[in-house]
Amino acid sequence: MDEGTEIIINIFLILIPIVLGYFIGKHLEKKHYISIKEREKEYAHIPTIGLKHPLQPDLVTESKLVSGSVVISIDHFKRLVAALRNIFGGNIAAYESLIDRARREAILRMKEQALDADEIINIRIETSSISKNSRKGSIGSVEAYAYGTALKY
Amino acid sequence: MHLTNIETIPGKTITEHYGIVSGSTVRAKHAGRDIMAGLKNIFGGELKGYTELLSESRDEALERMKEQARSLGANAVVNVRFSTSSVAAGAAELYVYGTAVSVN
Repeated sequence: MDEGTEIIINIFLILIPIVLGYFIGKHLEKKHYISIKEREKEYAHIPTIGLKHPLQPDLVTESKLVSGSVVISIDHFKRLVAALRNIFGGNIAAYESLIDRARREAILRMKEQALDADEIINIRIETSSISKNSRKGSIGSVEAYAYGTALKY
Repeated sequence: MHLTNIETIPGKTITEHYGIVSGSTVRAKHAGRDIMAGLKNIFGGELKGYTELLSESRDEALERMKEQARSLGANAVVNVRFSTSSVAAGAAELYVYGTAVSVN
């Protein structure tokens, strides 16, 4: 194998994950957003409130701690875009949608645990970047964790 | 054992207060999951292995907190808070704490 073909193969090896990441990642994100929106409509009857105190404390019959979590990672294409963005600064839209998806999914999973509840109060959302890779620094995945108290009237 | 993340258990009265109780776990992800996650990383999306791992560890931390509350004679923990920190490369600490109380 001469040097030229070797370089071309190497370039391909770098490009393939990025191209795959762009197409498949885009498709997956779209699918995820559709499912998020659908389920948000479906569970809209359970209000999630940031207030600390129940609106009608005397009527509450049952209370339970509920939570939901998800780990979502970014695709290779977006990671590249984000790295380029880092040079000039500004909004990194790629990461915005990643975190948005993670938080909304976590809230939905929390609601799924309390489908018969009338209200979920004192919602807290935690976000953490959990997978630090010692070799390459952060691999760009976040965990969103949502928890609250589900009440039944 | 009642758990809430508000300051009371609605509909019940707190009769006794036992102070803070907590539970924590430090978990590392195993190599198999790491390789799968590395592949998944190309396309992005949910890393189910990590989601499971973290929720298992959080359940474990909760269980330890409940155990501590039980040993004090409490039957509820109020004002529960969760926190996550990464202590080393590839390991995460899940920490949960709250106030142990007795309710009736």
